[in-house]
Amino acid sequence: MLEIRNLVVKIADEDKQILNGLNLTVNDGEVAAIMGPNGSGKSTLSYVIAGKEDYEVLDGEILLNGENVLEMEADARAAAGIFLAFQYPLEIPGVATMTFLKAAMNAQRKARGQDELLTPDFIKQVNAAADKLGIAKDMLRRPLNVGFSGGEKKRMEILQMALLSPSMCILDETDSGLDIDALRIVAEGVNALRDKSRGFLVITHYQRLLDHIVPDTVHVMSKGKIVKTGGKELALELEKSGYAAYGEAA
Amino acid sequence: MAIVTPLKTAAEQQLVQQYADSKAELPGGPAVRKLREDAFAGFESKGLPHRRLESWRYTDLRTLLREARPLAGGAAVTAAVKARLDALKLDGLRLVLVDGVFAPELSTLDAIPEGVSVQSLAEALVSPREDLTRILAGPSVGHDDMGLALNTALMRDGVFIEIADGIELEQRIVIVSLASGEEERAVFHRSVVLAGKSTKGTIVEISEAVGNAAQQINGAIVFETGDESEIQHVRIVTCQQAATVEVQSLLATVGAHAKFDSFALICNAGTVRQQHFVRYAGEHTEIGLRGVNLINKAQHSDVTLIVDHEVPNGTSRELFKTIAGGEATGVFQGKVIVRKYAQKTDGGMRSNALLLNDGASMYNKPELEIFADDVVCGHGATVAQIDGDQLFYLMARGLPRPQAEALVLQAFAGEAVEFITDGDVRDLVIGEVESWLKAREAASEVSTV
Repeated sequence: MLEIRNLVVKIADEDKQILNGLNLTVNDGEVAAIMGPNGSGKSTLSYVIAGKEDYEVLDGEILLNGENVLEMEADARAAAGIFLAFQYPLEIPGVATMTFLKAAMNAQRKARGQDELLTPDFIKQVNAAADKLGIAKDMLRRPLNVGFSGGEKKRMEILQMALLSPSMCILDETDSGLDIDALRIVAEGVNALRDKSRGFLVITHYQRLLDHIVPDTVHVMSKGKIVKTGGKELALELEKSGYAAYGEAA
Repeated sequence: MAIVTPLKTAAEQQLVQQYADSKAELPGGPAVRKLREDAFAGFESKGLPHRRLESWRYTDLRTLLREARPLAGGAAVTAAVKARLDALKLDGLRLVLVDGVFAPELSTLDAIPEGVSVQSLAEALVSPREDLTRILAGPSVGHDDMGLALNTALMRDGVFIEIADGIELEQRIVIVSLASGEEERAVFHRSVVLAGKSTKGTIVEISEAVGNAAQQINGAIVFETGDESEIQHVRIVTCQQAATVEVQSLLATVGAHAKFDSFALICNAGTVRQQHFVRYAGEHTEIGLRGVNLINKAQHSDVTLIVDHEVPNGTSRELFKTIAGGEATGVFQGKVIVRKYAQKTDGGMRSNALLLNDGASMYNKPELEIFADDVVCGHGATVAQIDGDQLFYLMARGLPRPQAEALVLQAFAGEAVEFITDGDVRDLVIGEVESWLKAREAASEVSTV
């Protein structure tokens, strides 16, 4: 379970405050969506949960299963179960995708006191997960995300999510840059991971993604706060009326 | 007006004395002796290269060499030298230099294949061949370099390798140059590789020290490769004492329709100046100069190169990667000259550096001198810190910071390493890079920029 209490965050080297006392809870098994206009702080929220250093937390706490993660570095948060699917996955030239996947899986296993994966087991797991997401073997041989299309990068994020098996998944605008077919494949990948022990925080501008990943809860974010919470019908309402009612132009 | 710089430092005066004392016993007939005399006369008029010379601006040899160490007189084959050779895993025709002197008893001379001849440089210098001084002089570029001139004047030994026309080497040639390092010594060695028409092969040079005493090493390797040849050269400089100063010159003249690639890894070294002087002797030739410099503490690496496109239709690629931590200093000075008639030249030069903390520095100076009007030439030079976004991405997947950094750094260096086509040699280089990164990781050094 993820609990965020009165989170106040600014950009580290600037005075600009982005999150202004945000409160949010995502229960195990729940799929929560956050919708909001550009600049409302959605991506900042995802980065702060995952442990990016460009921000300074002025107040509040982020608890994962009751433990405050704010003092942890990003790798420790990942090992504790947080996974962020990036809006713009980074290209890492020179690092083979398979090398990276193995390093990531083993690093998390090590942090949890488990033995390293044997290579045959690792390859079996990757191949099975890749098949489900329509990821070609050729893509796994290439350097991480280098030369991948937008859709391929997002599928690679979901592949990592499936392999690392986190307890709290954050999807930051996973629908951006995807065509209808790619969106469907990615959504199916996410839906396959829905589980009563796993929470999801789905950040999006558009209702479209939520047709495919149907949320339990919808939160509206504006000016660094959650300003309204409702069920999945709230997303439809927003699609019609826009964000103007929440004090911001879309 | 010629500017005459008086030789005033202790080291310069000592070098004059050493040359006077040793020139009678340095090997070579009259022609070689003249070559030495001319080179040393150049040195006497200019002295050790210093920071007011554009090409030595960032590596002031006059300041670095406070005293000239005594010349190494012969190979000190110690137990440590033998142990190091036993531990060396790379197969091939092994030619060993100890303190700059060829040690046939440590070399695998019974493995010399047909069509290949090997002799010591000292033997070659006294041979009657007419083209000897032309070969030794190398390409026309770099002749005014005083680091090289000192090598010409004082070169004592090395290996002289000839590969006959049409020979494709099945085994690589590995020149191992070890400093026995029992005492502080100055070593002047030069090797020559003459590769005939349509030859193919890999030449590896490994330069290491096994003892504790710092060395002053001035080495050179001359390549003269024939038309349609494909020669790859890989040089690995490692395990030096912090106070060791090494000047290494690569001289290459490459024939037509040929390929010549040279890669240099500098890691765990002291102060290294690696200079390349390269000339095209024929059209439709591809030359690649690449390297990785891993420097830390107070180490200093300087890669300086001149690539001279004298003929049309030549391709050149330069790619150097520097990772600098501690108080280390990296230097890249690359000059690509495209002469008036060298139309359709295709040149690309790049130097990328990553600085790991505030104390490290990098000087990048790429230059193009283009006199032809139908060419494609470009250069790029960057100095940056590790990309924080890449690092965050890897850490967000669970990689601890040192491991994430090592992965990014390895990939950064890997871009230049992947051009080494000989798999075993590439693995050896990758292994050296990995152990350098692991040592950093173990010392829990992470970037602090």
